Amino acid sequence: MSDILFSSASEIGAAVRSGRVSAETVVEASLAHVAAKDPNINAFTDVAVDRAIARARVVDADVAAGRDPGRLAGVPFAVKNLFDIRGLPTRAGSKINRELAPAAADATLVQRLEAAGAVLTGGLNMGEYAYDFTGENVHDGNCLNPHDTSRMTGGSSSGSGAAVASGMVPLALGSDTNGSIRVPSSFCGLFGLKPTYGRLSRARSFPFVPSLDHLGPIARSVADLALAYDVCQGPDAEDPHLSNRPVEPSSETLDDGIAGLRVARLGGYFAKGHAEANAAVDVVCKALDATAEIELPEVARARAGAYLITGAEGASLHFDRLRARAADFDPDTRDRFLANTMIPALWVTKAQKLRSWFRAEMNKVFETYDILIAPATPCVAPKSGEKLLTLDGVEMPLRANIGVFTQPISFVGLPVVAAPIWLKSTHLPIAVQIIAAPWAEATALKVARYLETSGIARAPVAEV
Amino acid sequence: MTAEFDVEAYVALMAATLGLTILPDWRPGVVANMAAVKRAADLVTGLDLGDHAEPAPVFTAGFGVEAGR
Repeated sequence: MSDILFSSASEIGAAVRSGRVSAETVVEASLAHVAAKDPNINAFTDVAVDRAIARARVVDADVAAGRDPGRLAGVPFAVKNLFDIRGLPTRAGSKINRELAPAAADATLVQRLEAAGAVLTGGLNMGEYAYDFTGENVHDGNCLNPHDTSRMTGGSSSGSGAAVASGMVPLALGSDTNGSIRVPSSFCGLFGLKPTYGRLSRARSFPFVPSLDHLGPIARSVADLALAYDVCQGPDAEDPHLSNRPVEPSSETLDDGIAGLRVARLGGYFAKGHAEANAAVDVVCKALDATAEIELPEVARARAGAYLITGAEGASLHFDRLRARAADFDPDTRDRFLANTMIPALWVTKAQKLRSWFRAEMNKVFETYDILIAPATPCVAPKSGEKLLTLDGVEMPLRANIGVFTQPISFVGLPVVAAPIWLKSTHLPIAVQIIAAPWAEATALKVARYLETSGIARAPVAEV
Repeated sequence: MTAEFDVEAYVALMAATLGLTILPDWRPGVVANMAAVKRAADLVTGLDLGDHAEPAPVFTAGFGVEAGR
């Protein structure tokens, strides 16, 4: 059964639609794999067995009756536990939120994937309130990297990375405020898409930083990433942050190749990672024949701007909880949230102005280039429990700095595909960011697909 | 600028102002994080953007109201 479970979402969907395998069979295999392997990984916080079986039977009934069940028919998927799941409190990685009333309805993106035939199997572990790059969580236990369980998954979409890398599901949803889809994609060796800011609905997901929050898919194939992204697009009157862009499908152009694309490597600030980070970028740039190297202006300030906006908006969101029950926070987020309550307004306003300025600078870059390449993380997955990271000879706190390369990019909402690279020098993966101009997700996905079909980027199931 | 910033005093003052309880065990972490925030602020405020830079957030009047209503 692992053959079908470990295949891609696109292949599962095709098999279920054709009647070659039932949705219930695939979902039962997924649930069995979770039951067998999750005790070693801790990816799931809620397994929705009854719901998933009932939903799979509906898909099978559609197939039997000749109705189109959708392109993701019978595909098991799971979501970071900040997405509303009908009937469950949306814990968002916290102790406090599990006292909330059960969600009355699923998040919009969950509804859209299920409308395309996919089957939700549960909620996934995450860093508390998404303020995390490690995958560590004191309330639910650390999520472990399926490729090496002594190491971090990365966060904060830790369970999303671990569930897909271990083959429990072929597809998961995560969120990315400063890198929380791209970091676990890097550490767990997966493809991840952070769409353009404002592209996908955030309705009925628990927020962190409204100015910077994005939702998106993680998968083991680029076609699955594109398919999930395509069905998740669309207007949503319940999300005031959503842009009014039309739906722009990416699947149809996925195999168009990279001819004519102008690709540059980001140097300077982005070259300060460990040797593996630079080696992964070398491999990708060689495959794309990208010889140009550019430096973005004021990247460190841009990253600092994201840091301040994140701190201020996150602290504002949690202020009442911090006053009333700070002891119930994860110690690793509590100290940061408390400090962030003290950020003066003028710093945040200046950061928002810097955001406009940096956007204009990036717009100029995209007049010359279509795609920018940079590491997703400065290192491969660190050992669990590590607290410090050395970059460019400077020792710094690990937790806040794993996102040093992702944060400046999401600061201005650019679409990014994380593509996993496996170097000969290490048993661990590391991803590169394929960064496109605003609203050009399809271009970034096309490049990722080229790297995948060339054998440069790949996302195997880990043996757990 | 950072050298002149008494981060421990600032944390103590702001905690009292905001009505926050910071237990002794938490204080070193909060102080370290406030120092990190200040370093970020020094970077952000160190770039002169002039008087006409627009903040990034956009407010859309009338969002959610159906056209023509």
